[in-house]
Amino acid sequence: MSNLNNQMVNKYRNDFLKEVEANVEEGDWVKMCMQCGVCAGSCPMGPYWDHPPQEIFMMIRAGKREEVLSSTSMWMCTSCYNCIARCPRELPITHIMHGLAHYGKRLGIAPKNQPTLKFSQKFWDNLMTNGRVNELKLGIALYFIDGFVQGIKNALAASGIGLGMFKAKRLDPMEILGGHSVKDKSGLKAMIKKAQEIEEARISGNQ
Amino acid sequence: MAKEYSYYPGCSSQKGASGSNLQKSLDSVLDTLDIKLNDIPDWNCCSASIGYSGGGELPRIALSARNIALSEKNNPGQEIVASCAACWLATRETKERIEGSEEIREGTEAALKEAHLEISKEMPKVRHMTEVLIEDIGFEAMKEKVVKPLEGIKIAGYVGCQTNRPFGIDGESFENPMYLDKMVEAMGADSIPTYEKKVACCGGALAFSEPQKSQALVKGIIESAYDNGADMIVTPCPVCQMNVEIYQDQINATYGTKFHIPVTYYSTLMAVAYGKSAKEAALDGQVIRAKQLEDIANK
Amino acid sequence: MADEILMGAYICKGCGIGDRLDCGQLETTATRDGKAKFAKSHDFLCSADGVAMIQADIDSGETNHVIIGACSRRAKVEAFSFQNVTVSRANLREGVIWVRPDNDEANETTQEMADDYIRMACAESKFQQVPKGSGEQPLNKNILVVGGGFSGMTAAIEASAAGYPATIVEKSGALGGVMAQLNKRVATKSPYADPEDTTVADLIAAVEADPNITVHLNSKVTKTAGAPGRFDVDISTESGATTNVSMGAIVQASGMKQFDANKLTEFAYDKSDNVITQLELEALAKEANGGPIKRKDGKEVQSVVFVQCAGQRSDKEGHLPYCSGFCCTASIKQAMYFKDANPDVDTVIMYDDLRTPGAGGEDFYRSGQKKGVIFTKSSVSTIDASGSDLTVNFHDKILNEDQSMPADLVVLATGQEPNSGPDPYAVPMEMDDDASEEDKQAATDAHEVAINVESILNLDYRQGTDLPHLKHGFTDSHFICFPYETRRTGIYSAGPVRRPMDSQQAAIDATGAAMKAILEVENAAKGAAAHPRSGDLSFPSFRMEGCTQCKRCTVECPFGAINEDEKGYPQYNESRCRRCGTCMGACPVRVISFENYSVDSVGQQIKNVDIPEEFDEKPRILVLACENDAYPALDMAAQNRLQYSAFARVVPVRCLGSVNTIWLTDALNSGYDGIILMGCQKGDDYQCHFVKGSELAHTRMSKIADTLQTLNLEEERVATYEVAITDVERTAQLIEDMAESIEKIGMSPFKF
Repeated sequence: MSNLNNQMVNKYRNDFLKEVEANVEEGDWVKMCMQCGVCAGSCPMGPYWDHPPQEIFMMIRAGKREEVLSSTSMWMCTSCYNCIARCPRELPITHIMHGLAHYGKRLGIAPKNQPTLKFSQKFWDNLMTNGRVNELKLGIALYFIDGFVQGIKNALAASGIGLGMFKAKRLDPMEILGGHSVKDKSGLKAMIKKAQEIEEARISGNQ
Repeated sequence: MAKEYSYYPGCSSQKGASGSNLQKSLDSVLDTLDIKLNDIPDWNCCSASIGYSGGGELPRIALSARNIALSEKNNPGQEIVASCAACWLATRETKERIEGSEEIREGTEAALKEAHLEISKEMPKVRHMTEVLIEDIGFEAMKEKVVKPLEGIKIAGYVGCQTNRPFGIDGESFENPMYLDKMVEAMGADSIPTYEKKVACCGGALAFSEPQKSQALVKGIIESAYDNGADMIVTPCPVCQMNVEIYQDQINATYGTKFHIPVTYYSTLMAVAYGKSAKEAALDGQVIRAKQLEDIANK
Repeated sequence: MADEILMGAYICKGCGIGDRLDCGQLETTATRDGKAKFAKSHDFLCSADGVAMIQADIDSGETNHVIIGACSRRAKVEAFSFQNVTVSRANLREGVIWVRPDNDEANETTQEMADDYIRMACAESKFQQVPKGSGEQPLNKNILVVGGGFSGMTAAIEASAAGYPATIVEKSGALGGVMAQLNKRVATKSPYADPEDTTVADLIAAVEADPNITVHLNSKVTKTAGAPGRFDVDISTESGATTNVSMGAIVQASGMKQFDANKLTEFAYDKSDNVITQLELEALAKEANGGPIKRKDGKEVQSVVFVQCAGQRSDKEGHLPYCSGFCCTASIKQAMYFKDANPDVDTVIMYDDLRTPGAGGEDFYRSGQKKGVIFTKSSVSTIDASGSDLTVNFHDKILNEDQSMPADLVVLATGQEPNSGPDPYAVPMEMDDDASEEDKQAATDAHEVAINVESILNLDYRQGTDLPHLKHGFTDSHFICFPYETRRTGIYSAGPVRRPMDSQQAAIDATGAAMKAILEVENAAKGAAAHPRSGDLSFPSFRMEGCTQCKRCTVECPFGAINEDEKGYPQYNESRCRRCGTCMGACPVRVISFENYSVDSVGQQIKNVDIPEEFDEKPRILVLACENDAYPALDMAAQNRLQYSAFARVVPVRCLGSVNTIWLTDALNSGYDGIILMGCQKGDDYQCHFVKGSELAHTRMSKIADTLQTLNLEEERVATYEVAITDVERTAQLIEDMAESIEKIGMSPFKF
């Protein structure tokens, strides 16, 4: 368990809802859920959830901190925004799901091997390198996400796709050498560093 | 005089990237429509919707805020336009998030300062390319430019998610938007307004991390197009286009289907209907070739 | 002139009637068969010209009994409304040409249909008189309000503001009722975010300052005799001093009773002072006066759980089966008492279905959520009060698991019970002999609740002392169609005695009841009927020499309008009467009649239908259709051009309750082949505009089988149906079904 996690457990004691309101993106909306379940019925990934959003919100109110933050459920979000469009209480559910997922990961209690968690992190790392996404490197990184041997298998299974994309000039092997990039990389990195510092300070209460 | 916009192309539009054919076909019709797009210099990735694991709220907002700041600095007075759904969504969301919270604005401004950039109080409007076409050009004007109507082609208009929710296009309903069908009709093709997977999700970025689950969704999207008698699918979104087009062989292998249906962009249709060459319309960018469009383009 | 009947028949040729029917022949039928003094046709009778023609004949004394052969009596009502003459309508449009096909094959029977309707209208006309109104009572603008709570005070203030003096009788020593015990009330104004002042103090001040409102505190109504416009009321104080007053109308706003929370042993209400009802929390909140709320033992409450539906919406013995409608918002309000004083107090509302009715209900709910009130969809199983603090054991219905939660205080939302008088129609529950002792005891208890309570109105009526109940002790007033009307004309119930409600609804209720009371005061002075025959000046009279004192009319009147004198003869109270004719339908010796509606005015219509000989294969189907739902449904069927048998003859009746079995016996004896009765829905969810009319008719018709047997006729020849106004296709189909049925069983042998 990370230090930050221990710190948060101590700070909020039994009030997980308050913790979510303070630390999770759009978390102050959680209390406004009225348990109608429209989100659960609207989610394209419905069959794969352990807990639909409405249940997640109820678990937060019931103080089920570990269960929520270590759940794979939020990582199922495809960002289709169906729940947001339909929620009669206008909760930004998509963002709350992203926020909860991120917070669980930040505290080190998110499920380590969740594939979307890993892909999402790779995506972020990829874009942080040059300020723009390098689709080839992202793809290769993805194939090796589960280790080298599995990666070769994955790559072979997907090679037809890569070949098709290459033929259609939509995958550029030259990207391996660096590829597209912003010019002001140092400015961009300084900016992100600053944003991260502000956010960390806010969450740890050392603002 | 051409209408000018500050353009945010986005990662997938770059040369050799997955959505380069969207950019190419779009570029080919801008002259015809008298639109001038001024790229935001040194734009960066918006982190799309999937960047949330690594990036917290403020870092992600800072990314899009940087693009807005660069636009204000280099293309002053111009509205920001994106053709990628995720780019548009992230940028517009960022603008609204900053406007909605003083705390977020302060944090964003502090971060931008590190890159020697700033945003103004009234940030420019952030629009999607289809909004520009519908609201600033209009369906009638789009239709008037048609020289090779796409007669006899039945096209399922797959709007998808993020060019629809949560902001909507042209004030239409989230459950049954009609704008894509109207664009199809304007190009002289036959739309399928009853296409029931019009706004279904293709899995988005989970196509990479959860391929089986995503492909199950894509299967439904394609199946419904076939059921409705579609010759091809058209979409405004680069992620939708890629997910629906390139996994058809894998889906066939998994489900024993025989899918082989071209998926193009609205701009591909426009380029062909406006008499551009197959190359200009980026028809060579199809993994599954759109033969009917090629025939018209080569006529 | 008044004595001599001068019938004038007018046939309209408009709307296609002239094209489809031989109007010359209709004129002949009117004069030859119907004995009209004259008959005229007009191309467009409801036009100014047509109406002027009729009016000219009336003015010149040519006619005083007008017969209109045109559209349905429900169409062109204003055009064909003439003063000081009777008007009968032959329904040639909706009743004939619109329900019949236009072809050579059908033309003959279509014309026969029309001829019959002319004969029927003439027959009706002959037996009608112009109603004059009774003049039984003068204009008495005084309105009695029983109950000085929120509803009662509102009703009094509204009546007074409209110029009708009000008298409030309040049994306690102060005005205000239950609302006066509340700390604050649920938000009534945008943005519906915070509890508001109850406004009770303002109401009391307004009542006390109003010279047109008289207040009797510590008082009860010890006698109510008479009728609307002349209620004779005794108001008595505890010491026994009695004031007699004359009142025009009455509003009963006797409010609510507290549910006995001691029954909720599973929630430890009887064991712990820290388990309290919503009303008891109001007292604690008042005491706290905006500061932290303390329990009885002085401890500042840090956590509170609200248990919704405590003893409500439950089938358990002694629980209330219904939803009281106000408690969810009340609990939200009470949770706000805590949150507004100290946001760190944990407030949890345990609900099954959260119901926040009203314009601001949803906003108020959201405001509660914004203030941090936690809502848990759950069912509370027990409350453990063994320690000084409580443990709430519950099942979380979203997470589907059993849970428990500590609480300093538990508040039970126990709902409302009506404060009604005894139900005049309460009957002991019939129990099988093998029923358990407990069941028998429960049945007796239920019966006790309905009858063994103190009377509120002490009505000096043949049918009991108080307003009849519908269910669970609430006043019988139709929820949708006539919410404030009770089954005692001129007495209107308002507030929680009518149905469970909050103060906003009670204010609307009280205003509606005051308006109804005012209307009835005015109607009574004119001798006019209240809803649904509003303005009808006819009233029942009886031929005393024929009366056998059988008491059926006095017992069956749905409105308790008829008393009995010492000898047992009926005593009519015209202003209590709703003119449904149920007494007329009940009377075995047929001595009851209205000036414009009688055993004869309908019976003669039935008799004047031409009955073809058996071998003509032209059966006759009599349709007695309630004018409130069935007849309009048939009109709509015609508007939709649905077809039905040309052998049907439809007679509208005021209510199926007014159908006297002699009509059926006569019809069967004179050769009708089938009879259909169409009335409104009966039972607990009745649609009958006269509450019990349709039900009584169904009971009476269940005995018609005997008559049929005596005549050696098949049972299928008489059918009784419940029909709603929306049953448009069904009404036409029911006629078709009867025609088919007759085809199977054959023609009636009783044709002469």
